Amino acid sequence: MKIIASSAVPTGAETEKVLQIANDAELADIAAGGALQGVERIELHFPKFTDGRAFSQAVLLRRRYGFAGDIRATGDVLIDQLVQMHRSGFTSAVLAEGQNPETAERQFARYSAFYQGDALQPRPLFARDSTQEAA
Amino acid sequence: MYQYTEFDRQFVHLRAQQFRDQLERWQRGELTDEQMLPLRLQNGWYIQRYAPMARIAVPYGEISSAQLRMLAHIAREYDRPTPELLAHAQATQDQLQAAQPGLTLAAAPLKYGYGHFTTRTNVQFNWIPITRAADVMDLLASVHMHGIQTSGNTIRNINCEAYEGIAEDGIVDARPFSEILRQWSTLHPEFAFLPRKFKISFNGAAEDRAATGWYDIGLQALRNDAGETGFTVKVGGGMGRTPVIGTVVREFLPWHQLLNYIEAVIRVYNGYGRRDNKWKARIKILVKAEGQKFIDAVEAEYQAIVAQDGAPHTITQAELDRVAANFVVPALKPANLPSSVNTSGQLYQRWLQQNVRGHRLPGMRAVTLSFKRVGFAPGDADADTIDALAQLAEQFSAGEARLTHEQNLMLPWVFESDLPALYEAARKLGLAQPNIGLLTDMIACPGGDFCALANARSLPIAAAITERYQDLDEVFDLGPIDLHMSGCINSCGHHHSGHIGILGVDKDGKEWYQITLGGSDGARLSGPALAGKVVGPSFSAAEVPDVIEALLGTYRAQRKGGEFFIDTLRRVGHDPFKAAANAARHPRQAEEAVAE
Repeated sequence: MKIIASSAVPTGAETEKVLQIANDAELADIAAGGALQGVERIELHFPKFTDGRAFSQAVLLRRRYGFAGDIRATGDVLIDQLVQMHRSGFTSAVLAEGQNPETAERQFARYSAFYQGDALQPRPLFARDSTQEAA
Repeated sequence: MYQYTEFDRQFVHLRAQQFRDQLERWQRGELTDEQMLPLRLQNGWYIQRYAPMARIAVPYGEISSAQLRMLAHIAREYDRPTPELLAHAQATQDQLQAAQPGLTLAAAPLKYGYGHFTTRTNVQFNWIPITRAADVMDLLASVHMHGIQTSGNTIRNINCEAYEGIAEDGIVDARPFSEILRQWSTLHPEFAFLPRKFKISFNGAAEDRAATGWYDIGLQALRNDAGETGFTVKVGGGMGRTPVIGTVVREFLPWHQLLNYIEAVIRVYNGYGRRDNKWKARIKILVKAEGQKFIDAVEAEYQAIVAQDGAPHTITQAELDRVAANFVVPALKPANLPSSVNTSGQLYQRWLQQNVRGHRLPGMRAVTLSFKRVGFAPGDADADTIDALAQLAEQFSAGEARLTHEQNLMLPWVFESDLPALYEAARKLGLAQPNIGLLTDMIACPGGDFCALANARSLPIAAAITERYQDLDEVFDLGPIDLHMSGCINSCGHHHSGHIGILGVDKDGKEWYQITLGGSDGARLSGPALAGKVVGPSFSAAEVPDVIEALLGTYRAQRKGGEFFIDTLRRVGHDPFKAAANAARHPRQAEEAVAE
């Protein structure tokens, strides 16, 4: 996961095609309308770090709508939610102000696996075969 | 009971390490209080009125002797306020008491060094300093325990009917499914910041003893005509400010689809549940507001999970078998301890009648130890008692015990031939009151003695009623009664589902109590789940025991034959009970009460 310090956010110089999706947007409609076509990055916003809607949105974009580009977390993005963001399908995150990127990186080394499937590993622990688990 | 795999063991240790890291960063100022709040809640750490409270999960109530010993150790060594803190807390409580002359009941001094059994089979400690929190989590991990998701806006500790796997009316043993769901919900990345807390309860028996109608998701096990196992799924039950009974959204969900379906329910809730108002954020409000539209949305999401996502969380037979293998009957052998109990005596016979239940295995019994006794808050057990419980479980019940919804501890594997010796041992510990299911087997939250949310104290009320009803002849004559009390509208004491409910409310800094009548948890005695109705303006603490006595007097006057309290109440209606309750107001407060 690409972790971007709040101070390092590029300001408009990018040429990527970026789509910002609101927390209350209907993903099914967006996908059906073809709005995901050609999009390189989707930004999902956390108005507060305790607002968990974007986790579900990221999961659905990856798993159901097959979005393969970058999914970026913006807004109130804190260190202790990064792993779950990553597991939900986010591939980059812009840290909120005052968050230490080094402490952030450390969080990814903690757990070797989790019980339930996620955007990275769709199968739950019990349905993974040993070769997958070793990977 | 479930035995941790190496993965499970490692997982709780890693979780404890993670929590330690978070605590240290918070102590260094790298995490603000606001940022730390959900992190500690997700590990079961609250900050209460005077000290932190740790809520430790006992998934579906099953606990081993080794785990009990660790809880005793934590109670003894860690549940200790400094003398200054205790003095401050006691002085503050004394002021609360002094500020309400004539309105209060006697209040016992604050205690420490004990664990509290909750209605949702958690164990709470009230005095562990936050600086020792990480050490406690390490200790718990060493006996395969944790506080993961016992609080916060997460999927909480999973509950089960207490007699899973041993009940005479058992349909399906729900424990393996509860364990599978526990694992699935543990650190679920998508569902750690739901609009509000989310509670799931299983019932594997014919009688609903798990209050499934009162849960965010209630799962009633059944077998269909083809003999296949599945669950009736209720969604949107809950207590709190707006009591709602869950709606059946699926009559029969095949067992292997359990996780896929629950994922659908919670995803819809995560997307559409209200986040603007804490009091309207539970799934019950969404279900009520949207009705069929909610059910349709869940069904569509479930179909998409199955058809488009490939139903990745379909439970395999191999996984069910692996988990179920943990829940086979343990090696049983009778204790064969001598006893001098007079087994024909009335006290023993009453204990057999109330505290001992039939078992699906011949010659076996399930025995409930009563934590409703004079001098102790409902569900409280001090360190020595918890140690003794560990030994009782070892001697008499294959090293296993279960916490119950009613805040007692049950031994599930007792030989009938061991009952006299167990009775004798329980009696020595003060845990053999033959009151299970009776008036004094009341449910109560810790209330305003400890809880920061409470509007009023529960414990003085519970103590006064316990003391007033010590005559067993009287308690037996009154028969089965569910008395539930909560110190605030969050309803941890399940007052909505009590035949008699007591709810603490705050008015101008003073403690008042609403009384409700006619609630039901959904068990056979009480009928379909139902919220009680308020009898009228609230009462002072001092009035409450008299009001209870008046209600019970009305029952005795009105009952026909062996009719139970709840049945008399339903037959004659609330009016005579209300009249009696209002007549029990103390004259001094009549003016104040009417003025509401």
